[in-house]
Amino acid sequence: MDETVAEYIRRTVLKIPRDEIKMMLQKWGFLSEAQLQTLNFHQIKDNISQEVVQLCEENSADIKQAAVLDIIYNHIYQNKRMWSVYQMRKTGEELECFDLTDFKKKFKRRLQSALKNVTITFREYEDNAIWIRVAWGTPYRQPNQYKPSYVVYHSQTPYAFISSSVLKSNLPLLCQALIVASNYHDIREMELRSQSLNSLKDIVFKRYSQNFQTYCPKPLQERAVEPENGDLRIINENRSEKERIQRLNQEAFGDGPQPILQFAQYKLETMFKSSPEMDVLDKKEPFRCLVKFSSPHLLESLKSLAPAGMADAPLSPLLTCIPQKARNYFRIREKRGLFPESFVSP
Amino acid sequence: HIATSLPLPSERDHLRPRIDLIVFVIDIKSKCSLKNVEASLAYVDGSFFLGKVCFLVTGVGRVNCCSVEINAISKLGEAYSSPVLFCELELEGVRVATAQRLLRMLQICAGLVSGFSALSFNLLMRNSADD
Repeated sequence: MDETVAEYIRRTVLKIPRDEIKMMLQKWGFLSEAQLQTLNFHQIKDNISQEVVQLCEENSADIKQAAVLDIIYNHIYQNKRMWSVYQMRKTGEELECFDLTDFKKKFKRRLQSALKNVTITFREYEDNAIWIRVAWGTPYRQPNQYKPSYVVYHSQTPYAFISSSVLKSNLPLLCQALIVASNYHDIREMELRSQSLNSLKDIVFKRYSQNFQTYCPKPLQERAVEPENGDLRIINENRSEKERIQRLNQEAFGDGPQPILQFAQYKLETMFKSSPEMDVLDKKEPFRCLVKFSSPHLLESLKSLAPAGMADAPLSPLLTCIPQKARNYFRIREKRGLFPESFVSP
Repeated sequence: HIATSLPLPSERDHLRPRIDLIVFVIDIKSKCSLKNVEASLAYVDGSFFLGKVCFLVTGVGRVNCCSVEINAISKLGEAYSSPVLFCELELEGVRVATAQRLLRMLQICAGLVSGFSALSFNLLMRNSADD
């Protein structure tokens, strides 16, 4: 077995938390059950990984099998990577049946014809997700297994999720291979990024609970704010205000759990508006400013701003439109026209 | 009765009983909290400041999150001649003790302790603080 493969397997096993190693090796299926029994999972990880490498040596593992182990690890720990969403378009209404082998063949062929040294691995999961791992090399160097790109493609949808640790120069090639293999003709990057892959899927597949505007001429009586701790001696003077905030929040965010996003970024390209006396900028050029909101769970924290009294309800539509518009990177430009207000670029 | 700011909503005026004690809660971690209290003080009738107002500063346990200066609050207390209490709501013991103090003050302000009025209590608190 190649030394590089051995080292790669060793390092991959070291990444896995000790309690999960057995489960992942079983999922991998490369080592037999008998071989797994011989492993002692109660020693330090260094030793466990050495033993695994020895067993792989007996089975003559090559880089392809090692790559499968890497995909399994990254599928379980998908939330450690930052994912971007890409949307593909096709002309015409050809409703072709999706053929997995055809897809894989075309994808491999496209990449390998452009770049000889690549390692491409596929793994299918339930919910029609195809995980693709690509390790990139150059015409003169073997692929770097430690910086692969991951693509998650759902065959029945025009969306692909790409993990952003890709070397930027390889991205166009990856996108090209994707559209060729999936019979689309165009691909564009959406302004949507997050570490939670499932949340990204929820947003683009519209699986989160959306709130539909219902016209209520009279406020519904069912939604009464419960008394605090059931103690009727505590009287809340601002109850109607609290109920109003609750209602507006519910209209903006809906009832269900919010998709998990880490950032919302707003790039301002608007003119600085100040009172004439101040005259801050003598040149009339756009004021460049970047506003970034970050949080472990951005939408949930935005949802709790108004009830906590930290912001006025209703929140700005720039914040609440994030799941509906499926974007968390915005560019705000001046509206050219009679009314110089800013608007969000498409 | 708990409220987020003054003045109180007028629609409940007829339901409200007599007010014996006003406790202004200032969160030491939030400058907005202090501003809100300062703005609300303007809506309080002068007669309340004869012993029926007190300031409660919460969040003092977390020393590195203090946004408001204690000096500013002490000055506020002096300006309105009302006592300032400090507490930490996250600790149950302190919470219970503070609640007991406030209840005792309320009893005095409501006139339920014979021979002792809200004003005399206020003077008592002030003199001991100056020492």
